[in-house]
Amino acid sequence: MELVLTSLLFFALIATAIAIALVRRLFAVVMLAGVFSLLAAMLFVLMDAVDVAFTEAAVGAGISTVLMLGTIALTARSEKQPSSYSLVPLVIVVLTGLVLIYGTLDMPNFGAPDAPVQQHVGPDYIRKTPQDIHVPNVVTAVLASYRGYDTLGETTVVFTAGLGVILLISGLGRRPRRRKRGDD
Amino acid sequence: MDHHLILRVITKILVAPILLYGLYVQFHGDFGPGGGFQAGVIFAVGFILFGIVFGLRRLRRIFPDYVVHQLVALGVLLFAGTGIVNMALGGNFLDYNVLGEKGYQGQHWGIIAVELGVGVTVFGVMMAIFYSFAGRPPSLDDKEW
Amino acid sequence: MAIEFDLDFIFGHINYWLFVILMLTGLYIVVARGNLLKKIVGLNLFQAAVFMLYISMGKISGGTAPILTDNPDEIYSNPLPHVLILTAIVVGIATTSLGLALIVRINESYGTIEEDEILELDRQKSQAEIDQVAKEASRSS
Repeated sequence: MELVLTSLLFFALIATAIAIALVRRLFAVVMLAGVFSLLAAMLFVLMDAVDVAFTEAAVGAGISTVLMLGTIALTARSEKQPSSYSLVPLVIVVLTGLVLIYGTLDMPNFGAPDAPVQQHVGPDYIRKTPQDIHVPNVVTAVLASYRGYDTLGETTVVFTAGLGVILLISGLGRRPRRRKRGDD
Repeated sequence: MDHHLILRVITKILVAPILLYGLYVQFHGDFGPGGGFQAGVIFAVGFILFGIVFGLRRLRRIFPDYVVHQLVALGVLLFAGTGIVNMALGGNFLDYNVLGEKGYQGQHWGIIAVELGVGVTVFGVMMAIFYSFAGRPPSLDDKEW
Repeated sequence: MAIEFDLDFIFGHINYWLFVILMLTGLYIVVARGNLLKKIVGLNLFQAAVFMLYISMGKISGGTAPILTDNPDEIYSNPLPHVLILTAIVVGIATTSLGLALIVRINESYGTIEEDEILELDRQKSQAEIDQVAKEASRSS
């Protein structure tokens, strides 16, 4: 059952991704990106990552769609027809893919309990959380307590990115705009 | 910008539950899925929905620009400040054990404070980004879509 | 390194290969498409594929979400990749919006968000500057 669901989701994800590559209308591209995020969220639920699925659904399908639509409203609504098609990108992509697939060959099987990832800190966190922190959600415990430094860094990155956007396009600090040169 | 009646009515019904859900996700993150990152985004989505349908001007009356910009910084300060308080109480930076009588009580307080910091920053950043994008004069007409 | 390509191996690895396909679709969009907004969407696809790869590595078959229950024999999937990716998603949207803001500014100063047109405008501008300098040099000499 799980396998069927997973493969269906994968099929839908790949179809969406290819559609994104082919469609020229940017509105459709953005909507398909939202669909992609929702499908990805479902896949995360199937892989037991409920917190991640939650975030992906809220961020990918919610905020990022709004922002991209906002960008379209400020720029252009469709992609230009390319003047020439070249094979170079396809070759690059296929080569990269072959290297990546070669890299996966000695990876452990999907869901294997004896994979290297499952040997070190991960099970440790699950074992220690009930005594150390007394919260049921291990993800929150790791996020806020065991790896608090990490999260502080991530929050700072979010802060900095927000600052960058404010500085770039909110027009603060130069409110009375001079319109001397031809403002295009 | 005058939107369809159905959109306006549905938005009015939806905004309050979205905000309530955001609060639930924020403060219930220790027990179920959720936490500051998600809660900040959901809380911002509630206001962004309001702003899209009822216009940016009305949203700015609730949350002026300077409030949003202060929230962006306040969250990070709350997070780092929790760490500083821990140090003042004799612990390590971000070692919440010193905040309560027993170690795990301190951990609970620490996690709540830190998650609140994350939530406030994420909310502020999302709102600020939305303001920045929505505040620019659009180059496309409404009909051109 | 001897690998047996039996059914077990294929079913255990097919998810990685599907992630690779998704990732490459994103990469293809970034490399081959000239529209800057579409490049950002492609970058997001790429990013989402990496996220999925990480999450799939934390999965244990028969396990459940890492929210502790009263059953002591419960198997939990690894929470560590979840934490890393959760924060990465939010950081991803923040950086994406920074990219979108740059696109808006580029559109304001160039009037287009197609890469080749921007490069062409840049080339014309630098050519005009070179001409200008050459003209002034010939006038002063």
